[in-house]
Amino acid sequence: MEQRKHYKGTTFFLLLLLIVTALCSMYFGGVDLTIDEIVAAIQKRFTSPEDMSLNERIFIEIRLPRALLCLLVGASLAVGGVLMQALFRNPIVEPGLVGVSSGAAFGAAVYFVVGAMYNYQGGEWSLPLAACAGGILASAIVFTISRSKETGKSSIVSLLLTGIAVNALFLSGVGYLSFIAHNPQLRDITFWCLGNLSGANWNRIIILGITTIACIAIALRYSKHLNALMIGEEEAQFLGVNIKRLKLIILAINVILVAVATAFVGIISFVGLIVPHLLRFINGSDNRFLILNGALLGAILLSAADIVARLLLRPAELPIGVVTSLIGVPVFIILLRTKNHYF
Amino acid sequence: MLSAKNITYKIGNKILLDDVSINFEAGKLNIIIGPNGAGKSTLVKVICNQIKPQIGSVSYNNKNIQEFSIAELACIRSVLSQNIELAFPLKVIEVVMMGRYPHYTGKPGQKDEKACEEAMRFFDVWDMADRDYMTLSGGEKQRVHFARVISQIWYPVPNSCRYLILDEPLTFLDVRYQFDFMHKVMELLQSKDMVVIGVVHDLNLAAKFADNISLLHMGKLLAGGTKNEVLTKENIKTAYRLEPVIVEQKEKNSMYLFFD
Repeated sequence: MEQRKHYKGTTFFLLLLLIVTALCSMYFGGVDLTIDEIVAAIQKRFTSPEDMSLNERIFIEIRLPRALLCLLVGASLAVGGVLMQALFRNPIVEPGLVGVSSGAAFGAAVYFVVGAMYNYQGGEWSLPLAACAGGILASAIVFTISRSKETGKSSIVSLLLTGIAVNALFLSGVGYLSFIAHNPQLRDITFWCLGNLSGANWNRIIILGITTIACIAIALRYSKHLNALMIGEEEAQFLGVNIKRLKLIILAINVILVAVATAFVGIISFVGLIVPHLLRFINGSDNRFLILNGALLGAILLSAADIVARLLLRPAELPIGVVTSLIGVPVFIILLRTKNHYF
Repeated sequence: MLSAKNITYKIGNKILLDDVSINFEAGKLNIIIGPNGAGKSTLVKVICNQIKPQIGSVSYNNKNIQEFSIAELACIRSVLSQNIELAFPLKVIEVVMMGRYPHYTGKPGQKDEKACEEAMRFFDVWDMADRDYMTLSGGEKQRVHFARVISQIWYPVPNSCRYLILDEPLTFLDVRYQFDFMHKVMELLQSKDMVVIGVVHDLNLAAKFADNISLLHMGKLLAGGTKNEVLTKENIKTAYRLEPVIVEQKEKNSMYLFFD
C-alpha cells in the first residue's frame, strides 16, 4: 500500500518537472520569447491568426511544435525501452534491438541516395514513410528468422541474437549507401542518424500524439503480464499469461512507438536504455510504474537534451543524438558503478 | 481430481513417458518419485499443459485440460517450478502478489491483499514483506514462492478442486523447513478440495508424508499406491539400482529407508 503512495509522489514530481522543462524548451531558443508573447500567441491563434507578430508566429509554428515533438518522442523511446527490457527480461536491452532503428536508418538512407539519383522530390511525408517502412521491414525480418522451425515460437534469446545480426546487416547497408552517396546526401544521412528535431510541424504532432498515447495506454493494460514475466516465461504462464500473445502485442507496440518516432526525428540513442534504469533505481521494477513514469521521464530528458542542444552553440544547433549520448553515457556508467543489485 | 490417462510423450524416437496413467485425488498428498531421467519433470510438464503428449489426455475436474484457457487454469491451479530467477529487483510483497494476478485486473482488491497477507503469515515471510527479494537467502526465497503459489489458490473455487503442483519444492530447504513445509501442506490438505502433487527426491519424506506414491522408472509407472505397496525392496532396487535397508515401525505405521 505504502509502495503505491510512493509511486504517486514520484509521478507528481515528474509531472511538475515535465511542465517546467516544457516551458523552458518553449522559452529558450534562437530568439528568447517573453511570457507575454507566448500568452498573446496562444490567444491570437484562436482569435485572429492573421495579425500575429514574428515572435508570436515563431512560437506557434516552430517553438511549440518542437517542444511537443520532443515530449512525444522522448516518451515513445522511453516506453519502448521499458517494454523491451521487460519482455527480454534483460536490463541491457534497447528498443532498437529488434531492428527498428537500424531499419529506419536504412530506409532513410535509401530515400536520400536513391531519391537523389533519380532526382525524385517527394512530399514532406516521403522521408518518414521510407524510414517507417525500413523499421518495420527490419523487425519483420528479425521476427521471421528467429522463429524456431519445430515449435513456431521465437525464444527470447534467438530474438536477441537475430536482432544483433540484422542490426549489423542494415547498418552496413547504411554504410554502403553513405559510401556511394554524393556529398549533400552524405550530409543528410549523417544528420538524420544523429537525430534532428527541427522538422516539427502540427501534422507530425498529431500522428505521433495518437500513436504514442494509444500505445502507452495499451502497454499499461499489459503491465501486470509483464510483471509476471519477471519470474520467468513458464511461471508467467502458470499465472495465466498467454505468452505468445503478450510477445506479439508488446513487440508490435514497440515497433510502432519507435518506428514512428524515429521516422520523424532520426535516431536518438540512450533515452530508451537509460530511463528504465533511472526509474528502477527510484521505485523498483513494477512495470505499471515504469511505463507511466517512463513516459514522463523520457519526455523530460529529451526536452532537456534539446534545450542544451539549442543553447550550447547558439544560434547554431548541436545534433540531439550527440547530446543524448554525451549525457547518457556518463549517467549510465555512474548508475552501473554505484549500487547495482541486479546485474 | 486430476487424472492423467495413458500418457505417452516422445521426442523423435526417444520415449520419455510410456503409457502412464495416474489419478491424483483430492485431500491426499500425491508424491511422484523416481531416479534422475525417469520422466518426473516431463510428467509434471504434461500435467501443467506445458507440453502436449502424443497419446493420452489430462483432465482437471473430469474436464479435458485442452478445454481450459490459460487464464482459467491459473485460477484453479498453481505451480511451483524449480529454479526461479527474478530478472529485476522486486519487493517480497510484490512477488507474492503475483500469485493474485489471475484474480484481478487493474489494481489488487482487498480480497487479494488479504490472501497475500494470510499466505505470507502462513509461511513466516510476512516480516520480510518490504525487503528486496534479491537480498534473501535461498531458503527464504523458496518460502516466498510457497506463499506466492498458495496465495494463488487461497480461496476455494465453486464447483472445482484447487490444484497445487510442486516440482521439487524442498531442494533449498534445511531439514527443519522441509518438515515444516510438509506439515503445512498437510494442514492445507484439511480442506478437502485441495489436490496436491509433489515431485520429491527424498524417499524418507515420501514415506513419512505421502498418501499416494507414484514411482516412475524409464518413462513407465513402475508402481503406484501407498508406501507399503510402492517402497518395496524390489521396486527400489529396480529403479535406483541400489539395495535399500528398510526399517519398519509397525505400531507407528512408519518406515525408513537406508542405503549402504
